[in-house]
Amino acid sequence: MGNSVGIVRAERASFDEPLAFRSGAVLPRYELVYETYGKLNSDRSNAILICHALSGHHHVAGVYADAPKSLGWWDNMVGPGKPIDTDKFFVVGMNNLGGCHGSTGPSSIDPETGKPYGSRFPVITVEDWVESQARLADYLGIGRFAAVIGGSLGGMQALQWSLAYPDRVRHVLAIASAPRLTAQNIAFNDVARNAILTDPDFHGGDYYQHGVVPTRGLRLARMLGHITYLSDDAMADKFGRELKSGQYNYGYEVEFQIESYLRYQGDKFAGLFDANTYLLMTKALDYFDPANGGDLNSAFAKARADFLVISFTTDWRFSPQRSREIVRPLLHNGRRVSYAEIASAHGHDSFLMEHPHYFDVVRAYLDNVNQEVSA
Amino acid sequence: MSDRPDFAAIAAWIPEGASVLDLGCGDGSLLRYLKDTRSVRGYGVEISDRDIVSCIANNVNVIQNDLDAGLADFEDGSFDFVILSQTLQAIRHTEPLMQEMLRVGREGIVSFPNFGYWKNRMQVLMGNMPVSSELPFQWYNTPNVHLCTLNDFEEFCRTYCISVTARSVMTAGHEVGFLPNLFGSTAVYRFQRGI
Repeated sequence: MGNSVGIVRAERASFDEPLAFRSGAVLPRYELVYETYGKLNSDRSNAILICHALSGHHHVAGVYADAPKSLGWWDNMVGPGKPIDTDKFFVVGMNNLGGCHGSTGPSSIDPETGKPYGSRFPVITVEDWVESQARLADYLGIGRFAAVIGGSLGGMQALQWSLAYPDRVRHVLAIASAPRLTAQNIAFNDVARNAILTDPDFHGGDYYQHGVVPTRGLRLARMLGHITYLSDDAMADKFGRELKSGQYNYGYEVEFQIESYLRYQGDKFAGLFDANTYLLMTKALDYFDPANGGDLNSAFAKARADFLVISFTTDWRFSPQRSREIVRPLLHNGRRVSYAEIASAHGHDSFLMEHPHYFDVVRAYLDNVNQEVSA
Repeated sequence: MSDRPDFAAIAAWIPEGASVLDLGCGDGSLLRYLKDTRSVRGYGVEISDRDIVSCIANNVNVIQNDLDAGLADFEDGSFDFVILSQTLQAIRHTEPLMQEMLRVGREGIVSFPNFGYWKNRMQVLMGNMPVSSELPFQWYNTPNVHLCTLNDFEEFCRTYCISVTARSVMTAGHEVGFLPNLFGSTAVYRFQRGI
């Protein structure tokens, strides 16, 4: 599968020009952390932007010199000789605004108050992210991306790129995504948010000053999310009805292996992630609708990019049907589009996992993109 | 040039720059051929994983879909031509798909192996199911569920009010005019909605 990009380093860019959010709020200045892999070619035409999903960040591939286990979250996909080939492309990963991995977010210090933004950090949308990503592109001297690629919430950003900056992106790869969330999907997000909002340690979002973290809420939110990212079959295969101690204890302690797994995942996540960022990310998901409740066919009339849309058969959080809702308006508008439905057992998480056919599809598509931009 | 005899016959009917939907497009070679010879704009529809990768590698737009599930992703009258090349015989719901072709396209084109070709008849006469370069399967592993002759197809079109506007029958790449249902191994039909 080729090697890793090896040792990487996060970079930081500061922006002083205020960013007006869709909500009306204005962020006077902010910082974005990012990483790059591969080399930008002489005509600056081989750049690929990777947009991350709910819990992702700028560390897409490679490892940090001082932390050998810090493998990037999409290292199987991005690297020399890999489907997103860093021998051919200049790949940019960034941490979205509002995140908790270095870019300005609710846990960052607000220079005006000297305290963390907390509840004062504005609610952010996919449109706002794309705006900030375009500014990072300007900063890096990238006029037009060869491709913008994202899975899930990242796919929404990739789609938004084709609408907000039709002339700045040649190809969009939207993987396990949706043009807008359904009621069921919003409902899951709302339960997750409620878990956080009702945690007594939440303090209206300003828990930093109280020296506490709404761990219980964040943990529950992640446990719920995690269930929806896996398929019924994958869970059954991995855990079945297996018991930790081999017998029923007739109590409410952890008995089934799946309970133990979910709590472990919840604890791990709650220790690393910021609850306010989780709230922001889920809201961005809910709000995204390029048609504003209207017709997607007209919304996508602006797009000029070519598209590759990919879904996974067992993904029920962002089902193949949702991906077809992306494909249809593209067909309507005569865009060049290909659509692959990958048979995978791993539900929504499939988009992060190594799968020969999935990788072949991405590789074949990007090989052509590479020929196009190096022609 | 293509190695498939029906490609040239299909291309002959397609004007420059037409929009084309190719159902069961395989590795995308017909679309690629039509793109190169007729500058068509179009999409393929294919179910096989391997073919999806080949189409993408061929720089052909492809939508992964089961033809037996219909063409719901495509709008009425959105293509000049909808093509079903060497796939008709493997379709389960023939009539609904033919109707779908004429909903989505202004005209349809199908090509299929003629089961009435004399060599096929001979094999049946000798007591075996036909196996040939165009029907390269054994009875137990064939994907073909609806084989037909030229006569059968034309009768089907009459029954379902589909009007055939042109026909090309060939054997080994050569046009067959005399007793086509006996001497033609491959048939290509162009049709539209009947009145």
